[in-house]
Amino acid sequence: MSMIQPDDLVGQTGTVVRSHPVKKILKNPMGLASVVVLLFMVVLAVLANVLAPFDPNFADIGKTLSPGDAVNILGTDSVGRDVWSRLVFGARTTLLSALLCAGVAIAIGLPSGLIAGYYGGKFDGVSNWLVNVLMSLPGIIVLLTVRAAVGPSVWISMVAFGILMAPGYFRLTRTAVQSVRNELYVDAARVAGLSDATILSRHIFSVVRAPIIIQTAVICGVAIAIQSGLEFLGLGDPSVATWGVMLNEGFKNIYLSPVLLVWPVLAIGLTIGALVLLGNAIRDALEDAEKIKAPKRGSNTAQAELATTRHRPERTISATVESGTEHHLVKVSHLGVGYPQADGSIKKVVDDVSFHVDRGEVLGIVGESGSGKSQTAFSILGLLPDNARIVAGSIQFDGKFTVAPTEDRVSQARLSEFRGKRISYIPQEPMSNLDPAFTIGYQLVTPMVRVLKISKAEARQRALKLLDDVGIRFPQKTFDAYPHEVSGGMAQRVLIAGAISCEPDLIIADEPTTALDVTVQADVLDLIRDLQKRLGVGVILVTHNFGVVADLCDRVAVMQNGRLVEDGDVREVLRNPKDPYTQKLLGSMLEGKEPMTMLVSAGMTAAEAAVRDDESDEKELAQ
Amino acid sequence: MSAADVNTPAAGPDLLTVAGLDVEYPLKGFRRKPFRALTDININIKPGETLGLVGESGSGKTTLGRAVLGLAPVTSGTITFEGNDISHASRGERRSLGKDLQVVFQDPYTSLNPSLQIGDILSEPLRVQGQEPAVARKRVKELLDQVGLPSDALNRLPREFSGGQRQRVAIARALALSPKLIVCDEPVSALDLSTQAVVLDLFLQIQRDTGVSYLFVSHDLDVVRHISHRVAVMYHGEIVEQGTSEQVTREPRHPYTQRLLLASPVPDPDRQAKRRNDRHELLEAQRKAEMSGATA
Amino acid sequence: MVSFILKRIVSGISVLVAISFFTYCLLYFSSTNIARNILGEFASQEQVAAKEVELGLDRPLLVRFFEWAGQAVQGNFGASWFNSEPVIGAITTRLPITLTLVVVAMLCITIVATLLGMAAAIKRGWIDRLVQGAAVLGDAIPDFVLGIVLVAVFAINLHFFPATSSISPDAGMNAWVASMTLPVIALLINGVASVAQQVRSAVIKQMERDYVRTLRSRGIPEWEILFKHVLRSAAPAALTVLSLKFVGMLGGVVIIEQIFALPGMGALAVQSTSMGDIPLVMGVVLYTVVIVIIVNLLVDLINGWLNPKVRVS
Repeated sequence: MSMIQPDDLVGQTGTVVRSHPVKKILKNPMGLASVVVLLFMVVLAVLANVLAPFDPNFADIGKTLSPGDAVNILGTDSVGRDVWSRLVFGARTTLLSALLCAGVAIAIGLPSGLIAGYYGGKFDGVSNWLVNVLMSLPGIIVLLTVRAAVGPSVWISMVAFGILMAPGYFRLTRTAVQSVRNELYVDAARVAGLSDATILSRHIFSVVRAPIIIQTAVICGVAIAIQSGLEFLGLGDPSVATWGVMLNEGFKNIYLSPVLLVWPVLAIGLTIGALVLLGNAIRDALEDAEKIKAPKRGSNTAQAELATTRHRPERTISATVESGTEHHLVKVSHLGVGYPQADGSIKKVVDDVSFHVDRGEVLGIVGESGSGKSQTAFSILGLLPDNARIVAGSIQFDGKFTVAPTEDRVSQARLSEFRGKRISYIPQEPMSNLDPAFTIGYQLVTPMVRVLKISKAEARQRALKLLDDVGIRFPQKTFDAYPHEVSGGMAQRVLIAGAISCEPDLIIADEPTTALDVTVQADVLDLIRDLQKRLGVGVILVTHNFGVVADLCDRVAVMQNGRLVEDGDVREVLRNPKDPYTQKLLGSMLEGKEPMTMLVSAGMTAAEAAVRDDESDEKELAQ
Repeated sequence: MSAADVNTPAAGPDLLTVAGLDVEYPLKGFRRKPFRALTDININIKPGETLGLVGESGSGKTTLGRAVLGLAPVTSGTITFEGNDISHASRGERRSLGKDLQVVFQDPYTSLNPSLQIGDILSEPLRVQGQEPAVARKRVKELLDQVGLPSDALNRLPREFSGGQRQRVAIARALALSPKLIVCDEPVSALDLSTQAVVLDLFLQIQRDTGVSYLFVSHDLDVVRHISHRVAVMYHGEIVEQGTSEQVTREPRHPYTQRLLLASPVPDPDRQAKRRNDRHELLEAQRKAEMSGATA
Repeated sequence: MVSFILKRIVSGISVLVAISFFTYCLLYFSSTNIARNILGEFASQEQVAAKEVELGLDRPLLVRFFEWAGQAVQGNFGASWFNSEPVIGAITTRLPITLTLVVVAMLCITIVATLLGMAAAIKRGWIDRLVQGAAVLGDAIPDFVLGIVLVAVFAINLHFFPATSSISPDAGMNAWVASMTLPVIALLINGVASVAQQVRSAVIKQMERDYVRTLRSRGIPEWEILFKHVLRSAAPAALTVLSLKFVGMLGGVVIIEQIFALPGMGALAVQSTSMGDIPLVMGVVLYTVVIVIIVNLLVDLINGWLNPKVRVS
């Protein structure tokens, strides 16, 4: 919009960073090549009258199947027509028919998709049924039938094919609209009083625009293919020169003059290929813009850099851990975890973190998002993403290294001895951590069968007992249920049952109550506390909630931006925090504060406080 | 308004009155009974006042906010805003209501259109009301200032901002037309603790400066206590308790509110141990009361 | 589950009826010169009129349609107007060739694309780039153009395979394999590439889901996670693409059969539509739609079996 682009702001932060998608397409070699090919075809089509020396249907009977010469540069076909002229005029017909097909498809599919997606209801039902009908029709068969009914015409068959292709646009638009329709920003626009038409054009059309362009490139390619196919069958209009007719002509004379096939095959292949590549290039250009932050995997330079700092692991290392620390259940020493970036550097998310957990002890790791608390927990479990690297430090479990001081990855072979059996995991989001396709019983029984090597019947007995232990009232019913049939709180109990099923020594709980309602959270905290006391396991509890820490933990470690800023006895840290960050976090707690008073902006306006908060955030990130 | 007035909002006529409100969603399928989301809701908000709405997932607290905004179907009952019945306001009436009634949603990631620049997002409500571009531009700059965002934010996209900053953009959008009431739907639940504090301060500051009223929806009793003059507790689509913030959050009368209060853990091991015990005793007592109630 | 199947069957029949009616209407407007075409240029006006009455062309559209439908429901689809060959017979002699082509190609696509797609998703690296590159290439070359190139190169220049083949079932296994190889390759290249691409992205998406990490944390071996959990959840996305490929292939095979001179359904379709032989055209259309409906029903059933949520609703 023009009204808020004052001159003094043009060219500032943001506008410079985002390069236009068209530029990106042209920078991509595939994109550039496809644009060049398509432009060439368009020029042929537009200038056909100038470029072609003959009328496409002018036949020189005396000169059939001749090779190329000065007059007929590409030679002549079996009735003496000039191949070059036919190729050039064919480009016109072919491109126009592809555009016609795409145009018809868009004209039908886009508006109906918008309406069906936005309003739903009866229109949606009817149009979906129609789409299902259209999509179960093989294109060629339909076009053959249409031809039988109305005779051979390039244009009519392309209109018919456009109708057949409309469901593609319809579905694309409908899905996009449905996903956006309930977005909060559309609600905000409704509250502001925007009309449906404005919401559709301003907020919703912008979402479908890009996929529509990509789809159009693909559809044009398909249209050219199908049209050429029809004409190749000899079912086209013989009086119109198209690439398909030329293909037919060439195939008839394949023994006499195979070169006649080469030109139409090249033209069709190049054009369709260019359209497909263009579609891909557009998609890449748009996705690129969305995923600026996504770390590129396997960058060679990054690996090279890693190789120089850390050496390949040696097999014998696991025996010799730091002496005098064997009694700790887990000991993490100077751990660093990082992700290789596209530019070859490594972005550290955990930096020089050390702590230990003893048997029967609960350690809380507290921090805000991006503090590296979950990454630390996952390194102990060996469940970091593939592209993560251990850049420093070591982890030992029960007197053995799981990550030795020189290794740059967690050894899966070594960890699989422990994982599930002696170290187990309680995840954050109960629903997404159960496989929806298997019963709860199956997901409890299988790990016991695999890890404890017990029979299925025995595992089943134990699973039912476990479900009873975690406070589920009807164990058998839950055992037989699928995950979507139980509540979130129940699913979390099931996951806890799974975590203790193989009698672990250490449980790593990653925000185990964050996704739950407060009253359910209190029950689940009670459950974890009881089980921990009864089984005497060590627990690492990752959380952002100091209340949860106070409820469960013996000791606590506070993390900020990948570093451990403070750790110690839970009473000590919560009552007399030493580190300013811990103080700030505890100061942000609302419990015990005088209502309606400022929390952080004493002596200044809230806006100033916000600016200061942003600045300190940026400083921390820059470090 | 001076800071001293904050705890005593202006007396006088209600800004918003909801009376006997029911909301039902039709379910797909032949002759299915509709799903009842809200039953017999009665609340009112005075100018400059914050009503906190607390409840757990599925309690209907979000639906109530949406019904006030015209985003949920009103089956029966009335919603009155400044003396006008808006329970079934048309799109045109909503447009003029948009000046006085605004919203801040929970998720700062989906409440801003990712493909629009911040400047466009903020000027949208102004444009709808037919403001001149120059006036709108000036207002947008004021707004950014008010929520503590730099003025170069105008030409940037939402994804270039952190969660807390985005939520401030959403607040600025709600403030654009100087509304009288803002419905805040869990506006701080997606934020980190320290960011939450910053944003809560901003809400309080704005109320002091402009005298706006809030309908503040949250699952967190601590947040609601901190920001509200009065609190209503929702459970299974009904309001089970309503009163001053102090009364509801310190000495709740309804069994559910009592459970809710004791369920939220406090950041000190010894006090939390006591609270835990209190909770267990409460649950035991409530169970006994329920059983004797059932047998009687 | 039973009501789910019944619902699908009812909707399948409604589609079948709608398409038959629509096709019949379309053909009705084309049938003005049929009688003359059948009898030839030199037939008298009276002979043509008599033929029209014989074929029922003088009666209104709806009457003709219901007459045809009434017969069709009883399994009688009539006979060709031109050579009096019964429609059922014409289809059953040609169907084996077409179905062999399509089914063999679909099986190859399913197996090869699943393996390639999974390998690309898990191993990444060169195999991933290969699959992605092949997908673009596969999309870029229409199957019939590929067929023409295959004929030109392997059959005519190199003589590896017969260029054209009028095969009969008793020609022996070797002859079958020899004449089917090139057409099947032409049909499947495009499908393998694009389905592998779909499998790849579906597997990658599933591997990133939370429950996969939880399964790993429980000590479940990697192969079991992959083949039991990930592949199962990735299957519906791949199945949808496969069913669309199948529909596309029923059309594509028409041209492929022409290129390789295979006497399958394609030849019948071309011949009947170019002559306006309504009973045969209706037969061809019905057979296609029925096959598509059956395949879609199968896909729905497999999806229901794979996903308990679908099964319940």
